[in-house]
Amino acid sequence: MSYLVMLPLVVPPMVAAVMILGMRHHQGLLRIFSLASILAMLALSILFIQQSADGSVHVHAPGNWRPPFGIVLVLDRLSALMVLLTSLLALVVMLYAIGSGWDARGKHFHPLIQFQLMGIYGAFLTGDLFNLFVFFEVLLIASYGLMIHGGGKRRMQAGLQYVVYNLLGSTLFLFALGTLYAVTGTLNMADMAERVAMMGPEDAALIRVGAVMLLMVFSVKAALVPLHFWLPATYAETPAPVAALFAIMTKVGGYAILRVYTLIFGPDVAATGGIFGPWLMNAALVTIAVGMIGILGSRSMGRVAAYASIASMGTLLVAIALFTPAGILAALFYMIHSTLAAAALFLVVDLIRARRPGESCGLAAAPEMAQAGLLGALYMAAAIAAAGMPPLSGFFGKMLVLDAAFAHDRTGLIWTVILGTSLLAVVGFARAGSAVFWKTSPPSDAPKAAVGTASRTMLETAPSPTLALAATGGLIAAIALVTLLAGPVTAHLDAMTMQLLDREDYLRAVLPLTDTTAPDAPDLPGGDLHEAAP
Amino acid sequence: MPLILIAALPFLGALLPGVMIKAGRNACAWTTASVTLAALVGLLVHAPKVLAGEVIHYRLDWMPVVGLNANFFLDGLGFLFALMILGIGLLIIIYARFYLGRQDPMGPFYTYLLLFQGAMVGIVLSDNVLLLLVFWELTSLSSFLLIGYWKHLPEGRQGARMALAVTGTGGLALIGGMIILGQIAGSYDLSVILTQKEAIQASPLYLPALILILIGAFTKSAQFPFHFWLPHAMAAPTPVSAYLHSATMVKAGLFLMARLWPVLAGTDAWFVIVATTGLVTMVLGATIALFKDDLKALLAFSTVSHLGLITMLLGFGTPFAAVAAVFHIINHATFKAALFMTAGIVDHEAHTRDIKRLGGLRHLMPITFVIALLASLSMAGIPFLNGFLSKEMMLEEVARTRLGIPLLLPLVVIVAAALSAAYSFRYLGHVFFGDEREDYPQTPHDPGFGLWGPPAFLVALVVLIGLFPAAIAGPLVAASAGAVTGGDLPYYSLKIWHGFTPALLMSVLAVMGGLMLLLFHYPLDKRWIATRRPEAKVIFDTVVALCVQVSRRITDVLHPGSMTRYTAIFAITVLIASAVAWNSSTLAAPGRELLPVGMVGVIGWILIVVSTGILVVYHRNRLLSLILLGVTGTIVSISFIYFSAPDLAMTQIAVEVVSIILLLLALNFLPKSTPAEGGVERHLRDVIIAGAMGIGAMILTLAIQQSDFSQPTISAYYLENAKTLAGGYNVVNVILVDFRGFDTYGEIIVLGIAALVIYALTEQLLGGRVGRKLADRPHDPTLSGDLHPMMMVVATRVMMPLALMVGVFIFLRGHNAPGGGFVAGLVVAIAILMQFMASGYDWAIARQRFTYHGIIGLGVIAAILTGVASWLFGAPFLTGAFAYYKLPLIEEFELSSAMAFDLGVFLCVVGAVMLALESLSRLARRKDDRTRTHPMDIDPSRTEDEPRPVPPGTAPAEAH
Repeated sequence: MSYLVMLPLVVPPMVAAVMILGMRHHQGLLRIFSLASILAMLALSILFIQQSADGSVHVHAPGNWRPPFGIVLVLDRLSALMVLLTSLLALVVMLYAIGSGWDARGKHFHPLIQFQLMGIYGAFLTGDLFNLFVFFEVLLIASYGLMIHGGGKRRMQAGLQYVVYNLLGSTLFLFALGTLYAVTGTLNMADMAERVAMMGPEDAALIRVGAVMLLMVFSVKAALVPLHFWLPATYAETPAPVAALFAIMTKVGGYAILRVYTLIFGPDVAATGGIFGPWLMNAALVTIAVGMIGILGSRSMGRVAAYASIASMGTLLVAIALFTPAGILAALFYMIHSTLAAAALFLVVDLIRARRPGESCGLAAAPEMAQAGLLGALYMAAAIAAAGMPPLSGFFGKMLVLDAAFAHDRTGLIWTVILGTSLLAVVGFARAGSAVFWKTSPPSDAPKAAVGTASRTMLETAPSPTLALAATGGLIAAIALVTLLAGPVTAHLDAMTMQLLDREDYLRAVLPLTDTTAPDAPDLPGGDLHEAAP
Repeated sequence: MPLILIAALPFLGALLPGVMIKAGRNACAWTTASVTLAALVGLLVHAPKVLAGEVIHYRLDWMPVVGLNANFFLDGLGFLFALMILGIGLLIIIYARFYLGRQDPMGPFYTYLLLFQGAMVGIVLSDNVLLLLVFWELTSLSSFLLIGYWKHLPEGRQGARMALAVTGTGGLALIGGMIILGQIAGSYDLSVILTQKEAIQASPLYLPALILILIGAFTKSAQFPFHFWLPHAMAAPTPVSAYLHSATMVKAGLFLMARLWPVLAGTDAWFVIVATTGLVTMVLGATIALFKDDLKALLAFSTVSHLGLITMLLGFGTPFAAVAAVFHIINHATFKAALFMTAGIVDHEAHTRDIKRLGGLRHLMPITFVIALLASLSMAGIPFLNGFLSKEMMLEEVARTRLGIPLLLPLVVIVAAALSAAYSFRYLGHVFFGDEREDYPQTPHDPGFGLWGPPAFLVALVVLIGLFPAAIAGPLVAASAGAVTGGDLPYYSLKIWHGFTPALLMSVLAVMGGLMLLLFHYPLDKRWIATRRPEAKVIFDTVVALCVQVSRRITDVLHPGSMTRYTAIFAITVLIASAVAWNSSTLAAPGRELLPVGMVGVIGWILIVVSTGILVVYHRNRLLSLILLGVTGTIVSISFIYFSAPDLAMTQIAVEVVSIILLLLALNFLPKSTPAEGGVERHLRDVIIAGAMGIGAMILTLAIQQSDFSQPTISAYYLENAKTLAGGYNVVNVILVDFRGFDTYGEIIVLGIAALVIYALTEQLLGGRVGRKLADRPHDPTLSGDLHPMMMVVATRVMMPLALMVGVFIFLRGHNAPGGGFVAGLVVAIAILMQFMASGYDWAIARQRFTYHGIIGLGVIAAILTGVASWLFGAPFLTGAFAYYKLPLIEEFELSSAMAFDLGVFLCVVGAVMLALESLSRLARRKDDRTRTHPMDIDPSRTEDEPRPVPPGTAPAEAH
């Protein structure tokens, strides 16, 4: 089993390398290889879920250096879930990209997607903080390439902001790592967790600075206000399939917060004293508000979708910031839901865009689009999901969050924000939908002519619009499935929560207490680190 | 039939109309009707047990972790409502078949209708409040679609949004209230909650929960001050109005109050809030209804008024009032749905709903007239019709209830009842009585049976219940009222004649008052029109528009798209958060001394400070900035050497060279200077932020450098084992390719991706407007025409093999001495780069046999295969192995798997740098550039008769 953990970090880059080596100019081959790789990863992800379901934690140490000296990859229930989500999303995105022809609108879409997947998988699987940085870089640079795929002035501008802002985050990441290493002398997450646990609340200035800086790094990825500024323009301008894939990118931030701030800097750790819990909560509440206000205040569907994903991250982080079992369970459920919902929304917006004159998704009246009924239904479903309305899983997630927040000392505020802003979202989505689907103008010649002269529309160049529709529908179906299977899903997530909070499974899997006679570990200064652990 | 199936049938059936419409409109309608009929039959099967007082349960775990389960139960109250929903639903489906015009898409209509129906049935059958919430919100959503069904009408769209906003707000409040209720009761199951009266009413959270739940109920049931959405929802087709806005959805709020009556009612808060709201709504609705000229608006406000009446009854909190409320729910549903349908018939036939344009219809459409007559008289509370009975009971209860000062309540209720009678009479008098007119938009006559059949059926019920209340409605009232009150029912009797009671007197007064009001309607109407009233829609629209405006403003102000602003906020956030974290604890005492400052240090410090200072001042000159960056980079390299890190220094120097060259190429396409931005204030702001950031970084670095590790660090392990376990003396290299080779694996991929991105970006640019612009850009005459000087060409040719040799050398020694694949790759890349610079793109690319893409791909593959090879030996990915070999003539040497990995690194670096270079070079090409096969501007080997190559930018005549 152990070496299988490595496969998500080997297969996609291998496929990508073969692509750039031998099939750069064969769109058909690229598509086949891309899909094959993703399907293989999906199968593997399901295996991961199955393997980790019993609570076992699988560790693979590339280079065979005993932790904490080498790098480790760790597969537990949470990692397996995130990997599965990624693979699932990747499949939908790939089908959509092929169906809509997005993959052919620029160079290197397929290898970049494969590299992107590797980066995301790596971030979810690594058990080493510096390695996490490396995978952040992989996914950042690949996502930059994907983001500007297809070109265009506005996309380039947004892309520049995206990459610059995230490089600021990377710089901060290095500062944070340097600081944490300076205090703890290690980079392995489990090892750092054990070392931090032994420190007292006094003389902890440096570790606290490090922990807080790291939190901000992850917050940039998670688009937590006020570190979210890269998101709106980026998501609104990004090619739709990529934006849909980005739905998992913000979750990388959420995942990292969940992982690091339960494993290393949990709320009970004396050295950090949980000082950031209240900050995270406040910022998350503001994030929800900013996102939902943005939904209502948006001028285009693309922006609506972008702000919806900010709001969903806010809700997710509120749940995390509770730092209670119920809160984490809610966060995990919402994580699944909001990934699917955000992706679905972006795809629906793109379907709309492909069918409107000038490929705009603005909220002005336009002639009725093709397949308006079907698209309206898809939009309604995606909007319901994103706004957290029943009957889709967003409502369940929201209910879990509210329920978990009941015991919090600021229940009133949390509830008011979550429920109040839901109203903004409902009104915002209804306005946008009614403007785009109901308020049609008679077909006029002017915009048609404009489109005609420019080039063929996106819809006309799409190899298989049906495939694109089916991919979007599949995503909605997945949301419905999560809703229907809410029982088993939450039961599994409950076990996941326990594993996260208990930490023992993880720590002992990475740093076995008895392991002093490993072949690579003769008696060494670092060799007796574990014995000092409580 | 299991309860879940009754609730699920309409949802499942909702898929059918869209399909069946292909088989025709009749098939579509009959399919829809049969779905509802099936559910209705399924419900009626349970009738005997339920009417006998039994409660039927169905349980299915859905999300047990949070207590959201698909639990259903059917008691009298649920049965009553489900019966109304499915029964009237069936009539509406038939009615709608004949009401909808040819141009109205029927499939979506029935789909929405069934969705709505399922949601309503779900509400009334739920035994779990969270499940109830799911269905509750679903009714809001499906009614949104139904109200906006005529999407071409702006009123329809606006009405739909308004209804959604108002009922949506209520739904959200309800979520809060229900969760609180469940938390107090310790379960979200209604059957449990309903047993927890004491605990709930004693809880400090009772009042918040009550208010939140009531907001939900009031918005749904259009109680004041949330009543305004209902009239605007009348933009929907009439079947929708008849179904949602008289019989079902607006009653959901009442249902909720009735459902929770056992645990919520009986307190002062409940009485004051609910009864008062109901009373106010009743009077207000009735008043407005009297003056509405639109038939449906009149009926809408009359509905508001009647809902107020029922709310008031529930608010009284007495069992008798509860019975009256339940009875009136039944009666109202029958006569009001019938009235809506008659209004729809009039609209359908006469093409107007304006009362002032109607009149005298009784001869033209006698059947409709009879139906309307009976229904509206029932609404007015005339004996022998069912409306009279429940109104009597209401008046009887009012007579013995005190709200505020004595007699206030009865008087107000009499006024309301009089108004109610008045608008009922007006509906009759001004539409059906009076003289026949000449100017109907279309001369009306009775429609076919399809349209008048359903209301006729309802009116039959009106009469039958009116005549034989105990026989027809008795068991149902008893069962459902019993469910509301929780078992014990007070003494009541459903009969027409109760003797001379105060209620009868009040009733007579009300009817007489109603007639008077109708007599004086004309002058009153004039006064009404003349008075200025707050118009709910205007207020609502203003509020929404304001919200949108504010949201837009907030969003725009927050996200202006200014990178400097974003960066500033980032910096400030990081600074403040770090400072607070820093101050929340103490700093450990310095564990390490600072080193003495040497001469080299001082010089380096001065250089770096000065160059950075100049950079700040002259940052707008881009070339100068680049040179100054080079200075900084060099000093960083020197500091690496100073601190005995030759590996890092070598890498840094090579990286500096490559990046400066690439940046120079990029600068070629950019303006020479950055435009000035912002004024003094902004600069000052930026200086302060940047300065604070710098100082913060300095403090942190100083603290880090003086702090001690809390425990032994992992680095000692690397020093100890680099040679013994990994076979290399160069610890840095061993860390890079072995201990933490996996990081390097990621980083070379980053490098490769970066090159691919640059390539893709270039392709994009070249293919678009920018590419054309670049290709057309004029030559700069101030530049030297000597693009490829002979000296340079010759020098780089000589350097090439030397540089390659150095690259190989650095690569091979890497494991034991400073060097390695990364530096080697950079050195080799520089060697090739020089050829490009000296001899030109065309010449160099013609001699390039491997595509750079391929080199990157090979590099990645080499690295991966090295890693995967370990699996063949049963070791984890990238496990190192090394051995020493001897060959004749040369010393003992070492071969290690790390070298293969390093080869991957090497290839990736070469490929990435070169691909970036190639991309930038392609940008530099102009349209009129000729392909140049000579490496130099002057070809030394040319014969005299060959023309000399002409440097671009100079006209041939001027050459030399």
